[in-house]
Amino acid sequence: MTTTAVEHATLSTAQAINRALHDAMAEDPTVLVLGEDVGPLGGVFRVTDGLTAEFGEDRCFDTPLAEAGIAGFAVGLAMNGMRPVIEMQFDAFAYPAFEQVVSHIAKMRNRTRGRVALPLVVRIPYAGGIGGVEHHCDSSESYYAHTPGLHVVAPSNPADAYTLLREAIASPDPVIFLEPKKLYWAKGEVVLGRGGEPGIGTAVVRRQGTDATLIAYGPTVPVAIEAAEVAARDGRSLQVVDLRSIVPFDDAGVCAAVESTGRAVVVAEAAGFASVSSEIAARVSERCFHSLSAPVRRVTGFDIPYPPPKLEHFQLPSVDRILDAVDELQWEEA
Amino acid sequence: MTSDADRMLPSREPVMLLDPDGRPTVAARAGLPASEELLRGLAGMVVARRFNEQASALVRQGRLAVYPSSYGQEACQVAAAQVLTGEDWLFPTYRDTAAAVARGVDPVEVLGLLKGDWHSGYDPYERHVAPLTTPLATQLPHAVGVAHAARLRGERTVVLAMCGDGGTSEGDFHEALNFAAVFRAPVVFFVQNNQYAISVPLARQSAAPSLAHKGVGYGIPGEHVDGNDLAALLDVLSGAVGRARAGEGPQLVEGRTYRMQAHTNADDATRYRADDEVAAWAAKDPLVRLEAYLRTEGVLDDARAADLTEAAEQVARRTRDGLNQDVEPDPDDLFRFVYSQPTPQLVEQLAVVRDEISRDEQSRDEQSREETR
Ligand SMILES: Cc1ncc(C[n+]2csc(CCOP(=O)(O)OP(=O)(O)O)c2C)c(N)n1
Ligand SMILES: [Mg+2]
Repeated sequence: MTTTAVEHATLSTAQAINRALHDAMAEDPTVLVLGEDVGPLGGVFRVTDGLTAEFGEDRCFDTPLAEAGIAGFAVGLAMNGMRPVIEMQFDAFAYPAFEQVVSHIAKMRNRTRGRVALPLVVRIPYAGGIGGVEHHCDSSESYYAHTPGLHVVAPSNPADAYTLLREAIASPDPVIFLEPKKLYWAKGEVVLGRGGEPGIGTAVVRRQGTDATLIAYGPTVPVAIEAAEVAARDGRSLQVVDLRSIVPFDDAGVCAAVESTGRAVVVAEAAGFASVSSEIAARVSERCFHSLSAPVRRVTGFDIPYPPPKLEHFQLPSVDRILDAVDELQWEEA
Repeated sequence: MTSDADRMLPSREPVMLLDPDGRPTVAARAGLPASEELLRGLAGMVVARRFNEQASALVRQGRLAVYPSSYGQEACQVAAAQVLTGEDWLFPTYRDTAAAVARGVDPVEVLGLLKGDWHSGYDPYERHVAPLTTPLATQLPHAVGVAHAARLRGERTVVLAMCGDGGTSEGDFHEALNFAAVFRAPVVFFVQNNQYAISVPLARQSAAPSLAHKGVGYGIPGEHVDGNDLAALLDVLSGAVGRARAGEGPQLVEGRTYRMQAHTNADDATRYRADDEVAAWAAKDPLVRLEAYLRTEGVLDDARAADLTEAAEQVARRTRDGLNQDVEPDPDDLFRFVYSQPTPQLVEQLAVVRDEISRDEQSRDEQSREETR
């Protein structure tokens, strides 16, 4: 706990991320920002706006258009004293970098018995709900979460975007930082500086409730909160847990929440099969079985390639679908 | 523009300073590396060859899981290490164990990956040798990043990044050369063209006039060199390293050599290549030609040659002794290095393994008590 006055700002998620990059760069000269169009343009979502102007071309710069190259180059930078933050322009355009992520970024520390750490962050604008055309809306978190050696983080609001990114940049471990695109423009109060909010690995209860727990992360957190608000009007009290970090997973926090209500629904945009949502459902069932009054339910994307813009609303977990799932949690008739 | 491109093209023929019989070529009239350098190189090659033989023997004895030998490629292995300073970095492939040894990494630690105790046996920061890399060409972008980081700090570090002829077909080869060129990173890409990628011959990897010609497409000067001629390799590679250090950017060097043995002990090379092809390359052996030259020059005599053999024997002995020692790997290590701090899940999983082990021990104890009864 610091005793200095806490600085606040009202920022959009994109601005909060920009501010986190800015503050990290100002504090630590080894922090570098690189990727496609992140330099003078400021990134296609303007997340890196102004960083080249302020810190110079050596600190925030455009690279050739090659995602494996960017990731592999960042491995070398990190091996040699830098803290690179790389931007993958869109979720589905991070796939060329997959080999570098899985075979090197995730494994280097383990391979070298802790001698080579890779303190780097892979920022990925991700998930849907923005009317994007094919390859611009993938929820790719399961690929990364399935890979030991990576931390996987997904903020759901501007405050967390700032805090978690500061934590990610300071972390000695590589972090996949998933930025829900549809929340880029959502505004909120942000606490600046480091060490305020809970860090990576801690889930938080966003909304108190006593009847059932909605477990969400990233883009589905606001939807879950909205569902809880609607339910409250119907006399049902839903708790909302925001994971914030998928890896490390906060088993203790999630279980405590679920045990307090005895019912749980997992809400995620990604296709449900073999996914983070199935992992959560399995963990909660294994660990909280005796407190559960109903099987854990999931509201997820269908097991289909992400739909075109005019059909995407069918894919995204909605308030209605969440409430339908809640209705099926074996309530005793009053 | 044309002249720039011309300067980036390799020589008409691979650079050769000593012919297969050890006679200086016409090109050598411009100068050969100093005799001490060549003698140092020969010493390194004698060690490298002995190390290759020893490692292959250790596979047969079951001490190594597998060994991709650089037998026949010793000139490339040694030159790669010899042209670098201590501050420079070497990025090897799985086949470049002898190069790592030449750079001073402990031979037993170098073989860690192939021994099966752990994925990488040595500390990369100790000799500035990156871990041996098996996913082809993926180490090349790392090399560029290391070089770029050094340059941002104003250091004069050069990075020498190795790959095989097959590796040049991978996307990471392309991306690494392109990044290096765009950022003018001080990297020397050194391709050991040993003519094969497991069973697939060079003609199936590339239709380029030579692998060295690939440089010009990136704006990188390319040169090819007789990869069994240590003198030529030292000359070309140290020139490239010097230019990279001076800020002239990356270079591409192709060493034309030959994989004299099968891909690994698990491979059967007779299925895809003819004995007379192998025999023709045996006549171009890198050790034979340098030794012949140094003897003619009076730099090497029998006594000195015996010293080199003895020094190599010591390395072989140390390798043998080290690998014959059974080190019991610690199961805790499975969880120890995944993250800087284990996740709660890994803490739980470690407890599972420890519990299994202690129950195993218990039942073994009970069994032996029963037997003694
Ligand atoms: C990405 C990748 N694909 C396939 C392999 C399997 N593999 C191991 S070595 C090898 C051949 C490599 O040939 P080359 O690059 O010429 O090197 P050399 O073995 O001749 O030294 C292959 C295909 C691999 N290690 N990595
Ligand atoms: Mg080859």
